[in-house]
Amino acid sequence: MLERFYRSLYRIRRVEEEVARVYPSDVIKSPVHLSIGQESTAVGVCEAICEQDVLFTSYRCHAPYLAKGGDLPGMIAELYGKAAGAAGGKGGSMHLVDVAKGVMGASAVVGTPLPNAVGYALGAKIQKKDVAVACFFGDGATDEGVFHESLNFAALKRAPVLFICENNGFAIHTHQKFRQAVPDIAGHAEAHGITTRRLSDNVTEIYDAVREAREALEKNPDAGPFFFECSIYRWKEHVGPSEDYQLGYRHLEDAQPWLDNDQVRVVGEKLAVATREAIEQEVEAEIQAAFAFAASAEFPAPAELYTHVFGEQSHA
Amino acid sequence: MPEEATYVEAIRSATELEMAQDPRVVLFGLDVDDPKCIQGTTAGLLDRFGSERVFGTPLAEEAMTGAAVGMALSGLRPIHVHIRIDFVLLAMNQLINVAAKTRYMHGGKLHVPMVVRAMIGKSWGQGAQHSQGLYPLFMHIPGLKVCAPSTPYDAMACLLTAIRDDDPVIIVEHRLLYYQTGPLPEDTDNLPAPSARVTRPGNDVTLVGISHQQEECLRAAAYLEEKGISAEVIDPIWLTPLDLDTIETSVRKTGALCVVDNTWTTCGAGSEIIAGVLERIQGDVPVRVKRLGYAPVTCPPTPGLEELFYPNGRTIARDVCDLVHGGNVGWTPEERANLREITFKGPF
Ligand SMILES: Cc1ncc(C[n+]2csc(CCOP(=O)(O)OP(=O)(O)O)c2C)c(N)n1
Repeated sequence: MLERFYRSLYRIRRVEEEVARVYPSDVIKSPVHLSIGQESTAVGVCEAICEQDVLFTSYRCHAPYLAKGGDLPGMIAELYGKAAGAAGGKGGSMHLVDVAKGVMGASAVVGTPLPNAVGYALGAKIQKKDVAVACFFGDGATDEGVFHESLNFAALKRAPVLFICENNGFAIHTHQKFRQAVPDIAGHAEAHGITTRRLSDNVTEIYDAVREAREALEKNPDAGPFFFECSIYRWKEHVGPSEDYQLGYRHLEDAQPWLDNDQVRVVGEKLAVATREAIEQEVEAEIQAAFAFAASAEFPAPAELYTHVFGEQSHA
Repeated sequence: MPEEATYVEAIRSATELEMAQDPRVVLFGLDVDDPKCIQGTTAGLLDRFGSERVFGTPLAEEAMTGAAVGMALSGLRPIHVHIRIDFVLLAMNQLINVAAKTRYMHGGKLHVPMVVRAMIGKSWGQGAQHSQGLYPLFMHIPGLKVCAPSTPYDAMACLLTAIRDDDPVIIVEHRLLYYQTGPLPEDTDNLPAPSARVTRPGNDVTLVGISHQQEECLRAAAYLEEKGISAEVIDPIWLTPLDLDTIETSVRKTGALCVVDNTWTTCGAGSEIIAGVLERIQGDVPVRVKRLGYAPVTCPPTPGLEELFYPNGRTIARDVCDLVHGGNVGWTPEERANLREITFKGPF
C-alpha cells in the first residue's frame, strides 16, 4: 500500500511543481489553484474507494483528479488550452473531467458540487448500483447555506456520499475563525446525524477511515453518508504558482509543522531507496511526456467555439 | 482629490467620501478586508472606519444579501461587494423576491436602500463561471436599479448616486475597466441625474457600448474612420433607469443603431434598447439595427476561442460597416497597436 500511496503522492506533487515552474512562461493562460501540501487527502480517499466510485470537486481539483486516475496528458493539455485537453480546452484548470475514471467535473463556484454529489449518490442508490460518491470541498464551502442543505438531504435519504472537507484553514486569505462562530465543521456534520471523523493529513489515517466507511457502504447501501474533516495546509497562494507569506495573513511559522510533516517525504522515506527511486523515475518520465504532449498539441479549431452548447440529438 | 485617477481609486474614494459624510454607510462582502482589498477598491477603509462598518463575511451570498436588506430596513445604507457577478446568482432570491419588492408589496411603507457592487471578469482563462455579464437579469426586475459605469468619473458618480438612492442599486463593474484612468467629478454634492452620455459625436451610425464594450466601441469608431464612417458612440451608464431620449435623438440623426452588450445578446440590454428606440420612432425614419455581444456559448478559457467569444474594436467595426452599407462589405480593419486591449496577466 505504501508504494501505491507514494506513487500517487509524488506524482501529484511533481505535476503541480511542474505547473508552477512553467506558469511564468504563460503557456498556461488560466488561473491555477494548486494542491501542493494537500495531496494526502486526495490520495488517502481515492485509494480507499472503488474503481466505479465517482468524485465531485471544487476548482482545486488537480489532486483528486490525478489520485482517481484522471488522464495526465489530458489534464496538462487542458491547462494549456489545447484541443486534446480533458475538456477540449473549454474548461481549463478549474473544470477537470475524466468520466471514464469517475471524475465528474468540477465547479468554480464554491459549494455548488455538494448537492450534485448528493444527487448522484442518491441516483446510484435508487438504481441499485454499488457506487459511492466522494465529494471534495474546502472549509470555505461549509460557510454556504447549500452545505447544510446538502448534508441534511444526504442524511435524510441515507445517500452514499463521502463528504471530504479539506480544511486548510483559509478561504482565500480569510481564516475560518473570522468566518465561523463555531469553527467546528465536523460538529456541524454530526448535528445533521452524519457519521463523522476528524482526521489529520496522515495519508494512512485517511485511507483507513475512508476504507472502513466504503466497506460499510458495500455491505449496506444505507450505511451512509459519512463525513471526514481533514486538517491540511495549502503551501502555495490561493490561486497561482507562488508562495504568499509576504501578504501577512499567515506566516511561515504556521506552515512549519505541516512542512515538517510533508506526507510526500514521510511516506517516501518508508520505502527502500531503490523502490522509491524507481517510482520517481517512472513518474518523472510520465510527467515529461505529458508536458511535451501538451506543448505540441493543437489549439481547438475556431468552429469548436460553437460545439457542446447542446447535444447533437436535440429534440427541443 | 487627484485630478486623474484610476477606476479603482474612483470606487475607493467614492466609498470613503460617503462613509465619511454618512455614518449609516457600511461596507461588507467576501474579502473586502483581506490583503488584496478587492483589487484595491476597498483599501484603507477598514483602517479608517473600523471593523464595525467595514467587514469581510462568511461565504454566504444569499444570507448576506438578506442581511443587507435587514440592515437597510434598520436604517443603515449597506454596500455589499461581490468579486464576481457570477456569485450574485446565489443571492437572487433575496435580491429579486425581497429587496426589489419590499417597497411595492408593502405599499411604500418600507424601502431598501442598498448597493450591490459586482464585477464582471474577463481574460486569462476566467472561463465558464467567472466571465458572465448577467446585468440584463436585473434590468428585467421592477424595483432594481442597474448601472454599468465605464470610466472613473462615472464609477464615482454612479456609486455616490447609488449609495444616496433610497432603493436597491446594482453597480456592474468590469475587471478590465479597473485599469482606466481619467478625471473624477469635481462637485460630488451635486451630481447629474442618471443619464446617457455621447462619448464621441458622429453622423452615420449610433453605437451604444455597455460596460467594457464602451471601450471597444470607441476603438471601433476609430477604425470606422478608415471607411469614412462617422460613428456616434453612446454610453448609457445607467441601464435602469434607461435614458432612451439620448439614444433616440442620435438614431433619428444617423438612421442606424448598433448596441454592443457585455453579455449575450438574447434578451440583453441591446434587445431592450433597440426595441425601445424603434417603439418610439415607429417608422418615422428608416433605421437599421444590430445587436452584438458574447457568442451564444459558454465562455471558453483557451485563448483562441476566448478571443472569438468577445466582440472587439475590429469585429465591431466590421459588423457596423456591414450594417451601414446594408450588406457584407468584406472588410475587417488591420489591428492598430494603439487600439489593442491591454494584456491582462493572471493568476487571477
Ligand atoms: C459562491 C462563491 N463565492 C465566492 C467565491 C470566490 N472564492 C473563490 S475560492 C474561495 C475560497 C474558498 O475556500 P475553501 O472552500 O476553503 O477552498 P480552498 O480554496 O481553500 O480549497 C472564494 C471565496 C466563489 N468562487 N464562489
